Amino acid sequence: QLSLFRLTVKRPFSTSHSSVDSKEMKKFQLLAHKWWDEEGEYAALHSMNDIRVPFIRDTLLSMNSNYHLGNPLSGIKILDVGCGGGLLSEPLARLGASVTGIDPVEDNIRTADQHKSFDPVLAKRIQYKSSSLEEIVEGSMETFDVIVASEVVEHVADLEMFIKCCSQVLKPEGSLFITTINKTQLSYVLGIVVAEKIMGIVPEGTHEWEKFVRPEELECLLESNGLSVKTVNGMLYNPLWGSWSWVESTSLNYAVHAVKAVAQAQSPATDTPPETHIQQCSATAGTAG
Amino acid sequence: SSAAMAALRARALLAPLGTRLRAGPRAPLRAAASGPPLYDVLVSGGGMVGSAMAAVLGHNIHFHDKKIALLEAGPRKEYNHMPDNYSNRVSSISPGSATLLSSCGAWDHVCRLRLKPFRRMQVWDACSEAMITFEKDDLDDMGYIVENDVIMSALTKQLDAVADRVEVFYRSKAVGYTWPVPSHSCDTSPWVQVELADGRKLQTKLLIGADGHNSVVRKEAEIKNIEHQYDQSAVVATLHLSEATDNNVAWQRFLPTGPIALLPLSDTASSLVWSTSHDHASELLAMDEESFVDSINSAFWSNINHSDFIDAAGAMFRSAISLVKPSGTAVRQLPPSVAKVDPESRAMFPLGMGHATEYVQHRVALIGDAAHRVHPLAGQGVNLGFGDVACLAHHLSAAAFNGNDLGSLKHLFKFETERQRHNVSLIAATDVLKRLYSTTQTPLVLLRTWGLQATNALPPVKVRI
Repeated sequence: QLSLFRLTVKRPFSTSHSSVDSKEMKKFQLLAHKWWDEEGEYAALHSMNDIRVPFIRDTLLSMNSNYHLGNPLSGIKILDVGCGGGLLSEPLARLGASVTGIDPVEDNIRTADQHKSFDPVLAKRIQYKSSSLEEIVEGSMETFDVIVASEVVEHVADLEMFIKCCSQVLKPEGSLFITTINKTQLSYVLGIVVAEKIMGIVPEGTHEWEKFVRPEELECLLESNGLSVKTVNGMLYNPLWGSWSWVESTSLNYAVHAVKAVAQAQSPATDTPPETHIQQCSATAGTAG
Repeated sequence: SSAAMAALRARALLAPLGTRLRAGPRAPLRAAASGPPLYDVLVSGGGMVGSAMAAVLGHNIHFHDKKIALLEAGPRKEYNHMPDNYSNRVSSISPGSATLLSSCGAWDHVCRLRLKPFRRMQVWDACSEAMITFEKDDLDDMGYIVENDVIMSALTKQLDAVADRVEVFYRSKAVGYTWPVPSHSCDTSPWVQVELADGRKLQTKLLIGADGHNSVVRKEAEIKNIEHQYDQSAVVATLHLSEATDNNVAWQRFLPTGPIALLPLSDTASSLVWSTSHDHASELLAMDEESFVDSINSAFWSNINHSDFIDAAGAMFRSAISLVKPSGTAVRQLPPSVAKVDPESRAMFPLGMGHATEYVQHRVALIGDAAHRVHPLAGQGVNLGFGDVACLAHHLSAAAFNGNDLGSLKHLFKFETERQRHNVSLIAATDVLKRLYSTTQTPLVLLRTWGLQATNALPPVKVRI
């Protein structure tokens, strides 16, 4: 049945040096000024903060006993990849973290910078940069305690390269948080047809089903790049109430927490050329799914 | 949050959300570095409710690194011990309010200064024998009679304790508010601008209006207020009893002209709250002390308003109840008699009812009398305000721990829904009671007589009250 929904071509092996997809960039450019309208195109992302911020916060608190409830993320350096207008960067900074937000779309960074500028606390704690992940890797090796890639991996051109870069800029024992959409029949029907074309929960054309990532595939890619998966949680959006909740099933949206291994020992996995990881992981996911 | 979002959506359908996101005079464009001092929360009005709001937030762990401002037009009020004479402005504090004051450490100060717990409340009708008594089965205190000055002093001390987080501006009045345009058109300041009488300017992410029933915040935010002036004033005074007694009962009798209440202050003193017509109130203030005391005693003791018919009907109903529920009737006790009144303690103030149609807007919330004004007959006024404080503090605390923008309507709506649901029924009921008891017409007297007798006999209804 899946062949009915399969679009043009399978995901190509990437020979580019960038995880950024220029077609994706154009889509977001058009909506750069709409980020902060809580009732507008990005309403679902605003309300997603209600579950993703506590998820990140509580996971980090459980891993660290030395915190103050008035400033729970104080002293933690976070990289928000694909930060958009800063919807997630700002609450994390309010909780005390030092946040670096990067996004390839310049207009998004402009919007984010302007929005934070009126609050002196945020202005100090957040730095925005118009950049891709690859571009900052060299200057930021093992710099960040936490990386957050929320609603991003379904837009990148080269997922394996993206995860590799995450691992490189993450400190040992650092945390990686990902939220994304599963690639299932259900996610095509609800995530694209209903969400985009019928109900307008997501601006039309935002997502391409082909680029959705199955959790098994993501887990496989993470593990083979030295990131140990600790948690996978299903998420569900209720359009009637406009709110998100945690659910058992990962058939639609899901969140992942992974931790970078302490020592990057030379394991057999790294002997294989990197391009085939993604082939292996897709194959595994294909048979498992 | 689900119900709140549904409400939000419903509102968006019915009326464009822009009406809640005020488009007033535009706030100036300023970079973060320059510009007036920016607070996370600014409470306008330093009365009991406003001060409690600031104190509770100041003691909240999730507000540890936040900046709170409290604006009070009057001077600082603090006592290390109370003067011998009681103040004539007292409040009946419910156990829930006591818990709130305890949470910010103020209740200890209240207990150390002075208060009077009461165990029982007797409410009865001047036109019949009908009566209802309230008593907690577990011998706990039903409530406390506390002078307003005592509460203020306790809160002032607790505000001092968190002075690094809460900045109190005494003798400061806000004369102007400038509202932000909705945040997504982001070229102007997103904060509320506040201008003080002395020209100083402040900014805040959330403005809380606790400035009383003539709230300037409410007016400037153009929130519609349903209000009604009762043809009544309340006369207050401090009274001395004829003889010392346990004095742990609160007494209230409904006269045709309005309810008269005696609230215990100590074994020998009680506070008077007598709601009556404006003319009668002025008379009471003008008459000599002896006549004043006689009027009070007569109001509580005289049966002049009884009619034989009503008495017979009431007695018949009472025997009917005692067949069904033997313990459901009780003997009416008589309040203590009054010997004298504290000179200088007589005062009067007009009474009215009010309710704001909205409690919140983008970056604005109303609490206390600014949101709702009620007749003193239910002894609820300040307790409703403290209930607002507890509810709003709960939602702001959760919002802070989630890293949310404190002025966001998302959690302000939750506060509004919770409190309106609670307040509206109580205010309406109080208003109905006030009107029901303002008449001597037989059918209505009979109705309320039987109603009161039935309510007295029915535990579930009584407990809810």
